[in-house]
Amino acid sequence: MPFEFVEHTADVGLRASGATVAQALCEAARGMFATMIDLESVDPVRRHVVRCRGDTLEDVLVEWLGSLLAQKDLTGMVFSAFEVDVRVKADGFVLDGVARGERLDRARHRPGTEVKGISYLGLSVREAESGDGWIAECVLDV
Amino acid sequence: MTGGWLRRENASEWVLPRQGAMRVEARIYADETTIEALEHDVRIRSDWSALEQVRNVACLPGILEPAVALPDVHPGYGFPIGGVGAFDLDTGVVVVGGVGFDINCGVRLLSSPLTVAQIEPSLDALVDRLFETVPAGLGSTGKLKLSVDGIDHVLRDGAAYVVEQGFGRPDDLDFIEENGRMDGADPAAVSPLAKQRQFKQVGTLGSGNHYLEIQVVDRVLDPEAASAYGLEADRIAVSIHTGSRALGHQIGQDYLKEMVKASAKYGIDIPERELVCAPIDSEEGRRYLAAVACGANCAFANRQMLAHLVRSAFERVLGAAGSDLRTVYDIGHNNVKIERHTIDGRDRNILVHRKGATRAFGPGRDESPPAYRRVGHPILVGGTMGTASYVLRGTEIGMAKAFGSGIHGAGRALSRKKAAKKFWGERVLSDLGASGIRIRAHSLRSVAEEAPGAYKDVERVVAAAAEAGINRPVARLRPLAVIKG
Repeated sequence: MPFEFVEHTADVGLRASGATVAQALCEAARGMFATMIDLESVDPVRRHVVRCRGDTLEDVLVEWLGSLLAQKDLTGMVFSAFEVDVRVKADGFVLDGVARGERLDRARHRPGTEVKGISYLGLSVREAESGDGWIAECVLDV
Repeated sequence: MTGGWLRRENASEWVLPRQGAMRVEARIYADETTIEALEHDVRIRSDWSALEQVRNVACLPGILEPAVALPDVHPGYGFPIGGVGAFDLDTGVVVVGGVGFDINCGVRLLSSPLTVAQIEPSLDALVDRLFETVPAGLGSTGKLKLSVDGIDHVLRDGAAYVVEQGFGRPDDLDFIEENGRMDGADPAAVSPLAKQRQFKQVGTLGSGNHYLEIQVVDRVLDPEAASAYGLEADRIAVSIHTGSRALGHQIGQDYLKEMVKASAKYGIDIPERELVCAPIDSEEGRRYLAAVACGANCAFANRQMLAHLVRSAFERVLGAAGSDLRTVYDIGHNNVKIERHTIDGRDRNILVHRKGATRAFGPGRDESPPAYRRVGHPILVGGTMGTASYVLRGTEIGMAKAFGSGIHGAGRALSRKKAAKKFWGERVLSDLGASGIRIRAHSLRSVAEEAPGAYKDVERVVAAAAEAGINRPVARLRPLAVIKG
């Protein structure tokens, strides 16, 4: 699985990987929602568009996940499928993303624990040491 | 850090001496088992080490000695959970990681004149009614109808607003920290996004380690204080553990970002990114404190609304006598406040962050309700689902050695990942049921993560706090029923 949960006593350490930065960020989003609901049970029938920016890729990771997290309260949506495009600009990075999902159905989506926020602890978006792909890591407060 | 880090001062008191970039020493109040776990994490170079987090806090500008870790300490982010950092108002900083995302997460304790024998025949019905009535778990919405603009009332006036709307007893406010309303709250310091996320969530329990418990006063350990608090053996109590919900979460997220810029602007050397901060005496620092006060008020309002729902459920099942649930106290364990302390023999105002730690002022303080002033206000310590919760109080030693701070819970021992592997939700429910504890949960996965075995033994944590002299046990509360999100 391209995302995995890493040991952290009170919170959830998330490590996501992908062939590209964009794919790693998609997997990070999947990992975050996997904490909250059963991913496989969410039908990707409605689209939500995200555009965000950051000075660094780590900033973009936080903005991307934070924007999706807010949706569960703003519109009641949870997501299971993601597409992302990340572009380098003179002053940082811009992410254009699409999240697909549906409104939370507590009977069908088997909720787990709500994510409260994306901390800066262990925050990292970097090329894999093997040179084969990218890794996005953060600790989610639950 | 290299080996031999800690010097033992007393049975449950250890010192991390000033070294490297530390501006002050750190004091860890904990038993040997906890100390071994802290040192183990350093030895194996764990990515998250509570001892290193305490050390990092001790490196921050304007910090007052000592940086403190309490007996329930475990790794957090930035500050350790169970961490206290006090700062000089002129030279110190305010740190988002010293409060966290769940601003003023805390506990409301209610007590009933009814005994366990009197409610036992109705306990199943009561639990069912609470499970139906109390909004909990992912996606739940509250019963207080507010507009996005109306939520400013909650941010400014906290529990006082909720009582004014008819959801509570006027005397509730006398027994809530800050009288349920922190001064200095400025809704303009809170983003529209935070308000939009929150306005439907006031009066919701949340999930994870949040809970609502029906309890019985199992043991009175300090008769004088228990009598002052109105706690008697065999009588029913209810504990509500929750915080500021999406509003607090968004304030935390927004200000982490702000403080990255502020740290750079003011040239503050940050040991670790989660400790981003601003000078207390700066525009950014003042704005964050005004936002935290809003978050704190939201949490007070949240618990007030939930207390009202509990009273309604009790009345529905038990009749009028059931709704006589008095607020014993309501106190938070993630906050930052300006407080008056005696530092080097002089009384002065300082800024105290408590992350997974409660205020624990000793006897004689004006901040305590008049009825509690002689003994000091209660500290409410959540246990785990299967064990006990505790009521404690602060001491003069705690005022001198830990900035008047107390433990807040058992503290985790296992990560959620390990707990989910080790414990199976349904088995946890049936084991607890076999011990006579009724549990209703919206998420079985959460039940596994919150299994009692995932936590330190609360008895040990309480014993360590008592042995260190910083907190004093008053009463032990045993769970009869638990509602979880």
